[in-house]
Amino acid sequence: MLNRIIVEKPIHNRIVVAKPKIGVAGKTGTWRTEKPLVDNSKCKKCYQCEIFCPVNVIRVDPNTGATVDYDYCKGCGICAELCPFNAIRMEPE
Amino acid sequence: MYSRKSPLPYKMRDVVLPGDAACPGCPIPIAWKVLGAVFGEKMILVIPACCSSVVVGPYPYSSIKASVVHVAFASAAAVASGIAEALERRGITDVYVVAWAGDGGTADIGMASLSGAAERNHNIIYIMYDNEAYMNTGIQRSSATPYGAWTTTTPIIGKTEHKKDVAKIMIAHGIPYVATASIGYPHDLYAKLERAKSIHGFKFIHLHAPCPVGWRFDPRYTIKVAKLAVETGMWILYEYYDGKLRISGPSKPFIDSKRRKPIEEYLKLQGRFRKITPEKVEEIRKYVDENWRWVKLLS
Repeated sequence: MLNRIIVEKPIHNRIVVAKPKIGVAGKTGTWRTEKPLVDNSKCKKCYQCEIFCPVNVIRVDPNTGATVDYDYCKGCGICAELCPFNAIRMEPE
Repeated sequence: MYSRKSPLPYKMRDVVLPGDAACPGCPIPIAWKVLGAVFGEKMILVIPACCSSVVVGPYPYSSIKASVVHVAFASAAAVASGIAEALERRGITDVYVVAWAGDGGTADIGMASLSGAAERNHNIIYIMYDNEAYMNTGIQRSSATPYGAWTTTTPIIGKTEHKKDVAKIMIAHGIPYVATASIGYPHDLYAKLERAKSIHGFKFIHLHAPCPVGWRFDPRYTIKVAKLAVETGMWILYEYYDGKLRISGPSKPFIDSKRRKPIEEYLKLQGRFRKITPEKVEEIRKYVDENWRWVKLLS
């Protein structure tokens, strides 16, 4: 009997499995005190900001430059500190 | 490897999802992005109690598109070796088992199970991400905390013992691959993980990861501090395989002690070294020179 229940139920009902989701800690953009602003006329598409962004919100497009998803950006300022061309500056919210 | 068109950016976009529960400026998701670039979703992360188990996020959701197994503090290597053995019996070869533990879960509490798994030579990659104290529980001293550093359990004069060098201990185990890496050099970490992926057996990577909260610096300097640790010679990047030690690219210029930056530059940036005395700086310098002497001896 017990054996049948275990076999027939789908795997998610039998063991505790977490599903991937964007924003497990909510909209982390609300933690931010300083906002990174990108000046794409200075951007040389070196990808430094995208590689080092800890929240994975910066996307560099080879044609247009960098964009930031402000819903989840925590405002740590790593991108502004790293940018070799000073294309990103931090501004208080 | 360091070309302008690097293999990293597009591959590292998918696995780590935005909105994780890490502090601002935390280097853990940066390292996971590199892991994602190497393994994709085909990895099983074994995470004991550490900051990372918080960063993944609370049940029923997780912030990483890979299988994560949360285990008790001392058992990361033991559980990972069990999973690796089960995969091997089932004939699954394209999934990689990565044990991801902090310095407490590796150098202090998980040392016995780590040593056992290394001796049995299971096919896993063990990554010790070293933020040099128990950051998750409130910055207590661990055996990987460096000399002279402030923690909440060494509050006045700082730690009076040197850092435990786990990579050296793992080299002594005679496992196929040992490496040290830094969060400041993701391309170097990428190359090391690619090499570890191609080797069968127990692989150990010691990853240096600055923690803005515990080390008392501004979150924006995470990468700067990680790079300074390498540039001052405090942290040496190397790989050990086939019985030979190879110093990695970012550390190569600093073999010559004259080209290293002064250690004070690294210490000044961090609040945990605020009370350090000149005698202690001299002691750290001696320790750094001794480390370099050992590395040069083996290479």
